Amino acid sequence: MAESVVEGEGGDATRRDFIHIAAGAAAVGATAMVVWPLINSMNPAADTLALASIEFDMTKVQEGQQVVIKWQGKPVFVRYRSPAELQRVIADDHASDLKQPQTDAERTKPGHEKYLVVLGNCTHLGCVPTFGTGDFGGWFCPCHGSHYDASGRIRKGPAPANLVVPEYDFVSDTRIKIG
Amino acid sequence: MSDHESTYVPKTGVEKWLDTRLPIVRFGADYMSLPTPKNLNYWWTFGGILALCLVTQIATGIILAMHYVPNTELAFASVERIMRDVNGGDLIRYTHANGASMFFIAVYLHMLRGLYYGSYKAPREMIWIVGCVIFFLMIATAFLGYVLPWGQMSYWGAEVITNLIGAIPVVGEPILIWLRGGPAIDNATLNRFFSLHYLLPFVIAGCVVLHLWALHHAGQNNPVGILIPKDRAKKDMVPFHPYFTVKDGFAIILFLILFAVFVFFMPNALGHADNYIPANPLQTPAHIVPEWYMLPFYAILRAVPDKFGGVLAMFGAIGVLFILPWLDTSKVRSMRYRPTMKIFFVIFVVVGVILGWCGGQLPDAAVVPGMPSFTLIDGKLNSYLWLTRLATLYYFAFFFVILPLVGLKEKPLPIPATISEPVLSGSDEHKG
Repeated sequence: MAESVVEGEGGDATRRDFIHIAAGAAAVGATAMVVWPLINSMNPAADTLALASIEFDMTKVQEGQQVVIKWQGKPVFVRYRSPAELQRVIADDHASDLKQPQTDAERTKPGHEKYLVVLGNCTHLGCVPTFGTGDFGGWFCPCHGSHYDASGRIRKGPAPANLVVPEYDFVSDTRIKIG
Repeated sequence: MSDHESTYVPKTGVEKWLDTRLPIVRFGADYMSLPTPKNLNYWWTFGGILALCLVTQIATGIILAMHYVPNTELAFASVERIMRDVNGGDLIRYTHANGASMFFIAVYLHMLRGLYYGSYKAPREMIWIVGCVIFFLMIATAFLGYVLPWGQMSYWGAEVITNLIGAIPVVGEPILIWLRGGPAIDNATLNRFFSLHYLLPFVIAGCVVLHLWALHHAGQNNPVGILIPKDRAKKDMVPFHPYFTVKDGFAIILFLILFAVFVFFMPNALGHADNYIPANPLQTPAHIVPEWYMLPFYAILRAVPDKFGGVLAMFGAIGVLFILPWLDTSKVRSMRYRPTMKIFFVIFVVVGVILGWCGGQLPDAAVVPGMPSFTLIDGKLNSYLWLTRLATLYYFAFFFVILPLVGLKEKPLPIPATISEPVLSGSDEHKG
């Protein structure tokens, strides 16, 4: 056996160790480089990423109602809140049960406070909350019982955060661009 | 795979030629003649039943894959085509769908048998751990398969379960997008779920080989739970064939009768009507529930008010099974001789059923309708939320408190020296 011959001579054993470690490291590195393209191919493809933004005509929403539109495969709630609903959410701006304290003004665009635009997926596990139900006049998620107010803020239940306000802007007085 | 001495003698010339080159006939013969404890009862037949379940799922699944189209536009219609137009397609699909339920019935009974008779204790820890891996893979495979018909429950089940990964702090969101292949559950998700659903059963089959290898290396447990000494092997063991092939075969026939009752007379009893509605990403069904075999874990998920905490509890409920061999401090394997532990075991089974029942109910609904109740922290005491929490507490206490403590405190009944002793000393009619 070669090993037993060289064992006494420290120099040779060290050289062999070095070759083992270098070969092992090269194999690990090479494996990682081969596996990475496979893993990365599972990330969103170029055409999926291309579906980035949409426009929406706000005049389609009536007062006190919401319209659900699809953006990047997800529902988006566009809600035209009545004065009573607006009054209630502003009164609750500093309520003690807010898990993620935000004022209603922080969640809307100046001059368009009556419109709320939020992603329609519950921040708990992604179900679509039902409109106008729940204890706070906003939404109620049927899956695990989260209650949102009419500003989309989580008030009760397992969801950890408020309904997400996507990036959007008013491109004109009545049109918004999401994304 | 088996460690007992081979008794196979090749007879024909072909067998002799093969035996020196690839002793596959010897392998099969040794497998069949494996010495097996003669006192195994019917709880030991679920291993064979589970093997049959796996073969059934793979066979029907391969055929279904020939007709199914993994595309969000076509998947639902292709499943309906299987049901209506493919020759015998409804039978094959109902067998596959109900086969999953049958698989889980058998695996739960198989696991409870292991728990009751202490089959996870030294030297059989690896059998148990590989079994836990198989159980976890089964859950993953069943989940992936349930998404494929692309009905409402498919879609929203996938949404909820993949979102569990999003609950992981910091890295959760990028992993979630990677897993789905896009910002939401879509065609990319369906395609990869189909690919993985086809793959995992073969990974399970590989794990079953490891499971059996470990089993045949460490030797089977038995209802008395004692190790059979070498010098008692002749008296206490019988060959696997014909003694247990016949016993397993009889159990398989009974099991197939139950299977057939579901497939032929109530094929949708265990499913959910909402899954016959095509997936709609803009509307969640009023009451989404997973398949029955996931309900206990789903209940545990909902019992915890914190999102990530709930995810941890749910995975923890499965994860704790992996360390079970080191949580049980008792030297006695079989609960036959552990009268105290036996009571806690029965409660554990009942709690498991309660968790499953709770998982199918709305959390805020009252357990006893009309009974007055008061609010405790964040929910009415008389609600499924609190019943689930109590049951979840027992589930974890069973593993982390009861098993370690009872093992140290209890006084077990006297354990027989051999597996024949309880039979022979029990009554006179067995003597002679």
